[in-house]
Amino acid sequence: MAETLTRAHLIDVIGRELGLSRTDGAQLLESMLEHIVLTLESGKIVKLARFGNFAIRDKAPRVGRNPKTGVEANICARRVVTFKPSQMLRARVERG
Amino acid sequence: MLRSELVAKLAAENPDLSFGEVERVVDTVLEEISAALERGDRVELRGFGAFSARERGERLGRNPRTGEKVKVEGKRAPFFKAGKELRARLNGGVDFGE
Repeated sequence: MAETLTRAHLIDVIGRELGLSRTDGAQLLESMLEHIVLTLESGKIVKLARFGNFAIRDKAPRVGRNPKTGVEANICARRVVTFKPSQMLRARVERG
Repeated sequence: MLRSELVAKLAAENPDLSFGEVERVVDTVLEEISAALERGDRVELRGFGAFSARERGERLGRNPRTGEKVKVEGKRAPFFKAGKELRARLNGGVDFGE
């Protein structure tokens, strides 16, 4: 059965690997995620070698439809995040 | 922003840690997420997003050179879904949904 890991797990491993306190590990993880978000907010790509790239895409407005009721609805123009995994990560996950 | 630039920013904010230590923090986080996906597990980072391994079913593909139909085996692929807070931050505070 697939498990779900959260920040707590990552903070544990950071602590074990570097001998850092939970507070320091948590703060580093948060800063790391924050820098990724800030870069995306500024419209720039985040390229993490051997892991993958995060990028922003601009979506045009369109008329969508509620698939359940069939009612038409306007979907606003918006920005979305896309993650493109590296070849290496793809290969690791594909094999499992 | 590159991996090395991310490390440099974090190192500048954490003068008590060496550049090498900060590099290990970044490596550890990305490796743990990768290892989880490799096992088929999910990593949920509230506000930021969730990484999961999605099953892609087998399908009928085509050899682009000959046009011949070939069976493409099903496989597992990494997938990222942005969290609510991240989606909202990219859209001036409004979350338009997925």
